[in-house]
Amino acid sequence: MSQSTRLVEVRTKILKQNDIAARALRQAFQEAGVTVVSLVSSPGSGKTAFLEATLRSLRSTYRVAALVGDLATDNDACRLARAQVPVRQIVTGSVCHLEAEMVRDALQGWTIADLDFLFVENVGNLVCPASYDLGEELRAVLFSVTEGEDKPLKYPTIFNTADVAIITKIDLAQAADFDCAAARHNILSVRPGIQIIEVSSKTAHGMRDWLNTLQARRLRSLRHNDSPVQHAEVAQLAD
Amino acid sequence: MHELSIALSVLEMAEEEAARRGNVSVAAIHIKLGPLAGVIKQALASAYDVARECTSLAECELIVDDMPLIVTCGPCGATLEARSVQDICCPNCGSVDVKIVAGRELEVSALEIIE
Repeated sequence: MSQSTRLVEVRTKILKQNDIAARALRQAFQEAGVTVVSLVSSPGSGKTAFLEATLRSLRSTYRVAALVGDLATDNDACRLARAQVPVRQIVTGSVCHLEAEMVRDALQGWTIADLDFLFVENVGNLVCPASYDLGEELRAVLFSVTEGEDKPLKYPTIFNTADVAIITKIDLAQAADFDCAAARHNILSVRPGIQIIEVSSKTAHGMRDWLNTLQARRLRSLRHNDSPVQHAEVAQLAD
Repeated sequence: MHELSIALSVLEMAEEEAARRGNVSVAAIHIKLGPLAGVIKQALASAYDVARECTSLAECELIVDDMPLIVTCGPCGATLEARSVQDICCPNCGSVDVKIVAGRELEVSALEIIE
């Protein structure tokens, strides 16, 4: 039996709920004057070591905290707690990425206005996190020299959504026969114009560039805001 | 892996829309999918087939409309389809100073309602 059908337009974003939650978070972060940075990468690329080194470098000057997402265990939160800053683990269970509502819920009880930087380490996964806005100001995508130069070509979407690309474990580049120029070319093919930083969390190579990037980003976002406290910090940062 | 939750969201949206229109029957759901949406079409199709079984839309088809990746070039001003997501530059002049103007779509665009 044939049936007649009628096409009706709907036009609704499938991740609308996440987008709404992310927008509310972004506004709350801006009002609180906290710079939120998310880290995404495959498992084992060195996100946690990189974040630990970042937290240790920033904590003497800034009020910093971190949220860390994993499918299971609080091992990463325990590791990051060594940096002596507030850290919370988000255990996602079977969910392979963080969503804006998970970030919002994990912040319950924290006064975000008491923070200068908040880092959000996503679940190790180069596919799913690409679709979910977390309200972050800066998204850093990491990949290590042992993963191969063509990683950006295999996972173009996540690289395309990022604001900065970090090549980690650069101290192992020679041992891994890593072709840095090819890696940079591949990153730029999927995300033209993106800033690329080569780092080693072990030797601190490149960490200065990364910290400068964070500071510049904070300075820029504070200039967009308009409170006396933030004006004072802008003046201090600009010195 | 997130394709299952996306399939469930699509079905939920279609069920809500069908209810809103007086519990009409839905023959198909059309979605627009850009190459930079972060969703794998085949994985979504498989997830959808499983997910629809436990809803009121067990017979409803999913029709995915692939959207092009469109860039606007800063230097030459052309707005064209990029060659691929692995080669994002202006197809006209080769400049990488381009703005992505379309290609991230992930939306339910229409429903086919049985009269």
